[in-house]
Amino acid sequence: MILHEFLSFEFLRVAWWVLLGVLLIGFALTDGFDLGIGTMLPFIGRTDSERRVMINTIGPVWEGNQVWFVLGGGAIFAAWPLLYGVSFSGFYMAMFAILASLILRPVAFKYRSKRPGRLWRSSWDWALFIGSAGPALLFGVAVGNVIQGVPFHLTDDLRSVYEGSFWGLLNPFALLAGVVSLSMMVMHGAAWLTVKAEGAFVGRARIAGERAALIAIAAFLLAGLWLAFGIEGYRFAAPVAHDGPSNPRLTEVLRDGSWLAAYAARPWIAIAPVLGVLGALLAWRGFRSGRETGVILSSALSITGIISTVGLTMFPVILPSSSDPVSSLTVWDSSSSHMTLFVMLVSAVLFMPLIIAYTAWVYRVLWGKLKEEDVKEGGSAY
Amino acid sequence: MELDIVELSRLQFAATALFHFLFVPLTLGLSVIVAIMNTVYVMTNRPIWRQMTKFWGMLFGINFAIGVATGLTMEFEFGMNWSYYSQYVGDIFGAPLALEGLMAFFLEATFVGLFFFGWDKLSKVQHMIVTWLVAIGSNFSALWILIANGWMQNPVGAEFNPLTMRMEMTNFFDVIFNEVAQAKFVHTVSAGYVTGAVFVLGVSAYYMLKGRHFELARRSITVAASFGLASALSVVVLGDESGYSTGHSQKMKLAAIEAMWETEPAPASFTLVGWPDQEARETKYAIRIPYVMGLIGTRSLTQKIEGIDELVAEAEKRVRSGIIAYDALMKIRENRGAVPPEVKLQFENHSDDLGFALLLKRYVDDPRKADEEMIRKAANDTVPHVLPIFWAFRIMVAIGFTFIAVLAYFFYTASFRGMRFPRWALRLGVLIIPLPWIAVELGWIVAEYGRQPWVVDSILPTALGVSSLSVGQLALTLAGFVLLYTVLFIVEIGLMMKYVRKGPTEDVAETEAWMARHRKRLQGCADDDDAEAVLTPGE
Repeated sequence: MILHEFLSFEFLRVAWWVLLGVLLIGFALTDGFDLGIGTMLPFIGRTDSERRVMINTIGPVWEGNQVWFVLGGGAIFAAWPLLYGVSFSGFYMAMFAILASLILRPVAFKYRSKRPGRLWRSSWDWALFIGSAGPALLFGVAVGNVIQGVPFHLTDDLRSVYEGSFWGLLNPFALLAGVVSLSMMVMHGAAWLTVKAEGAFVGRARIAGERAALIAIAAFLLAGLWLAFGIEGYRFAAPVAHDGPSNPRLTEVLRDGSWLAAYAARPWIAIAPVLGVLGALLAWRGFRSGRETGVILSSALSITGIISTVGLTMFPVILPSSSDPVSSLTVWDSSSSHMTLFVMLVSAVLFMPLIIAYTAWVYRVLWGKLKEEDVKEGGSAY
Repeated sequence: MELDIVELSRLQFAATALFHFLFVPLTLGLSVIVAIMNTVYVMTNRPIWRQMTKFWGMLFGINFAIGVATGLTMEFEFGMNWSYYSQYVGDIFGAPLALEGLMAFFLEATFVGLFFFGWDKLSKVQHMIVTWLVAIGSNFSALWILIANGWMQNPVGAEFNPLTMRMEMTNFFDVIFNEVAQAKFVHTVSAGYVTGAVFVLGVSAYYMLKGRHFELARRSITVAASFGLASALSVVVLGDESGYSTGHSQKMKLAAIEAMWETEPAPASFTLVGWPDQEARETKYAIRIPYVMGLIGTRSLTQKIEGIDELVAEAEKRVRSGIIAYDALMKIRENRGAVPPEVKLQFENHSDDLGFALLLKRYVDDPRKADEEMIRKAANDTVPHVLPIFWAFRIMVAIGFTFIAVLAYFFYTASFRGMRFPRWALRLGVLIIPLPWIAVELGWIVAEYGRQPWVVDSILPTALGVSSLSVGQLALTLAGFVLLYTVLFIVEIGLMMKYVRKGPTEDVAETEAWMARHRKRLQGCADDDDAEAVLTPGE
């Protein structure tokens, strides 16, 4: 196989860094509203049939949406194996918490309405709440920790050793990042409900969406200020080869200066945080003035901006180590091999458009608003 | 590496994988059976087939939910508990997992919602296509997962890179067209089809015994018996193919399955039953059939199959060669690759045996300092536990042949004897429902327990693959999984039983009206009324 030489190692690494972002954004844009609706379920839906309408607005699609996350995990494994190993084993108990709550979700969706009992249904509603709010919050917490640097080091064998604790993950900045991700997903879920459902609870969802949009803006801006004054950034000690071997110990990363130096070096990236705030503001206005399609587009814009902000600010660093900066994982020293990245990129280029096309078709088939009459007991609805 | 951590990580993986694998085979089998039923509905336009599609589809859905949920665990677990494994072989192993998401899981998960919610929104043909896409997606999933697993059994198309301290892919096509992976894929999906068929057959037999839903049951038995029989034959034939490729790549596993301690003159005999004694290196009370093993393992009468003792002697040589590779690797690493060409050559000549030097890490940190005793021990460690593998294999095969017999009987009676099943046959149909699950779990044990002490055969010892965790963390997550999975299992079985007892609910009135209208014409195909009378003496 020499085919892979047609694309440079450097290009492939950047491409997979971009694709990692695309998958995370894809996950947040699709499964994000599922998580948001699950979070609001016990509060916005006051009667059983209201809750069933809420669940059924996402019933046929959440499963496909979740694959963005599964594929994100698979892509990290395939393209950034060190990142996969270091982060999943490092954030061990947090990962277990995310996993346990995600396991509850498919089961809760499918089983909730299969028995009529009140206790049965409300138990599954709370399971859905945990399975939605938990991951939505913890994803942000994980990102918050990544931005601050994670206490781990790599041995000469490249075995990763994590030196922190589970409770250390729940520090104030990380929790703030958790608030950003939870509120943006609630905003997105509320937007989805305004598009997909009819009923009294949609009004309540709008109010929740308004508040979530404002909280997301406030928390995001606060995190930016914190980044400017309270958190050190990471950078390479000297320029490194962009096509060198994937061994973080061969490149030196320092912890000094500020993450925000990236905005001086590449001013154009400021567009990401601006979109993050602007999108949420537009969503807030949309909720107030009763718009529908506009709201979901605005909230999607905001989510794209917020997630891109994290990646663009940190580039080329991916997972900095606070205790041993030399071990930090970056775009240039922690990817898969040239050939694997090439094979995976070809597959992604062939299949991503197909996936987007058939997903769009499924959404089109299911288009239309759901009302309480549509979810009569005994039908195919959840 | 602390042994407790290794043992706990292995226990957790085995527990979560075996649990996940309770749901996967039924998903594989039912998805295809439901798609077949949906197709017959489109072709014949008879509402009974829509009722069947919906009914079995609902049971599929209950099973599918847990299959997906427990599958998430598997994807997390490599990184959480096996992070060194992930770093060491992620360059190859990660790719098929990602491709599974890209090509298979997306397809299956996106369309499964439409299968349930799309009845009123799609045309009949569109709905049938959706059902097939779900089935194809599930089966493609299995393909990619088994390509990943096949690489652990027979690691082709990759080499070790001293600068990145890991295995890297050299040929993608070798990885996907790995003969072990291909044989395993067909063997495993066929086993899934048999699981689905036995399940459908058993539940239908239950309805016949109870004298309920006769129209649904009799058609379901026809589909299940014919589809199941073909699949059961394929499981055995492809199991044999799997044995043949194992003979090529994993000689030790084959020797353990057969409890072949010493090399026999070709063609080797097959030990039907016996009691392997690992300490004494002999199989007590053995009953042997001459020639058969040689034929399965080598497809010839002249090639010999190596016994365990000979393979251990070979392993000892490879440990020694591995130490040379390790020595060169350390030199390359210390000098960041800037070493004289003879060191590089030394590494290249011995790098295939590097994994064998890593077996020594259990006894000494630096394999170069190993003494003779340690080298002998490490070579001995390449022998898996023979007894459980020996018996797991035999029970699995016996169940496989049982299915061929039972499904052939049902197929014959359904096709040529007008469905006149005696009650004992129907009871047998219900009784064998658990057997496929026993067989597939044992199959997993043969394949994965038989791979020990390697996580990737001859490349990386299982003990080295673990994460740097504490016993407490592992115990906590293990307890968490046991708790969570127990609850899920009880809920799942409860719902399955509830919905099986309830039977089909949708379109029953419509189906019955249609049946009444077409009673005359239907009688041309089979004597339904007679059969029903035979089967339901109480009415």
